[in-house]
Amino acid sequence: MFPGFFEWIWDGGHVVFMGGLWYALGIIGMGLTFCILKAAIETAQGKGAEHGGDEHH
Amino acid sequence: MDSALIPQGVRRCSLGKFAFFIGIVGAVLLWGVYAMLLCWLKGLNQTNMNDYYGFALWIWADLAVIALGGGAFFTGFLKYIVGKDELKNIINYAVLIGFICYSSALLILAIDIGQPLRGWFIFWHANVHSMLTEVAFCLSCYFAVLSIEYLPLVLENRQLNKVPFFHNLAHNMHEIMAVFAATGAFLSFFHQGSLGGVAGVLFGRPFSFREGAFIWPWTFFLFTWSAAAYGPCFTLALTKLIEKVTRKKLVGDKCVDLLAKISGWMIFTYIIAKIADTYYWATVTAPEGGFTLMDFYSNNPMYGIWILVLEIVIGGIIPALILITKKGRRSPFLLVTAVIFGCIGVSVNRWVMVLQVMAVPVMPFDTWAMYYPSWQEVATTILPVAYGVILVALSYRYLPIFPQEKELNY
Repeated sequence: MFPGFFEWIWDGGHVVFMGGLWYALGIIGMGLTFCILKAAIETAQGKGAEHGGDEHH
Repeated sequence: MDSALIPQGVRRCSLGKFAFFIGIVGAVLLWGVYAMLLCWLKGLNQTNMNDYYGFALWIWADLAVIALGGGAFFTGFLKYIVGKDELKNIINYAVLIGFICYSSALLILAIDIGQPLRGWFIFWHANVHSMLTEVAFCLSCYFAVLSIEYLPLVLENRQLNKVPFFHNLAHNMHEIMAVFAATGAFLSFFHQGSLGGVAGVLFGRPFSFREGAFIWPWTFFLFTWSAAAYGPCFTLALTKLIEKVTRKKLVGDKCVDLLAKISGWMIFTYIIAKIADTYYWATVTAPEGGFTLMDFYSNNPMYGIWILVLEIVIGGIIPALILITKKGRRSPFLLVTAVIFGCIGVSVNRWVMVLQVMAVPVMPFDTWAMYYPSWQEVATTILPVAYGVILVALSYRYLPIFPQEKELNY
């Protein structure tokens, strides 16, 4: 639910609950996007090709 | 035949033997899927839930697997935030167990809501006054975190890792894993707590009602504390089980000892708080509602005082005393006994906080309401166990779950 949706009310409950949800999803989404973009750039630069078959820990 | 997929330098059983094992467990899984389809197609009349039991076996299973899966968030917290680097040898397995537990919890909830196509309503038409809304939010987000933590393990499969993009992605995800681990710990704190909070705020149910701090009843804190304390017990119990099955040592003694010690002290402090909470509830909270302690434990066929002893003494005090002593942790028999008792203790706690709460009569005309699950409920509760066994087997065979395996066995 976003602000502006017909069920939305500007009160503490909605701000804390929905704000917390979008905040957590935002961190997860940004973290994942960062990893994917960085991996794509590194792959384009030829990094990682030499590690074929190695296990990373 | 599948040797190219198996991690380098380790040995696994033949593909035929593995397929036979998966086939047997798969048959159990299909039985559960059949029962699940019955519940979805014919409705919740397939269960023995009724007006007394809106929460039943499924919700107990949910709460139990979420508590037992707490090893993932707490081990991650200890490794990435506190800096206990030794736990790197068990963190992969803890994440796998957490992933199985939380995906199982979501699967059970998808059956329990009866109308899974409306599952998204809780996010879009959220009731912001409900602790269960917070549980749904945090549970879903934390499952996303666990998927992100499990993904690099999948990408480290010998063949997938040859693809440069996957190799780089797995590496990058490891680099910022502390961010995900911190997010997971934050989310877990709230959803574990809110699961306890749900029982604690039921002022019409004197068995579970508790006082507390601000809007949170004591059960909120006890549930979070117990998940952090007993979750590692489940991780250790399953580590010992897989070591027994594979006849290999997969995690070093130093790592097991550290996690067992931390778990022991967490259980020790938790059980003191739990005893204090029970004492205050029995002597102050319940009498204020017109009840005595024995009103909750007598005149019924199932819930005797034994269940309180099982939860607190056998499932709490005994494992705590074993795990906080070096001698107890070093004895393989005592260590396994302690972690199994711990798993029983937290499961019994979740059982009474879901089902005994419903059973206790609260009206003058009420009697004890007993509940026995239908076979469909049992089958759908066993379904996640079969799914978990299959996922552990596949992960053990094809992914580098145990970084010390080569060093300890070959």
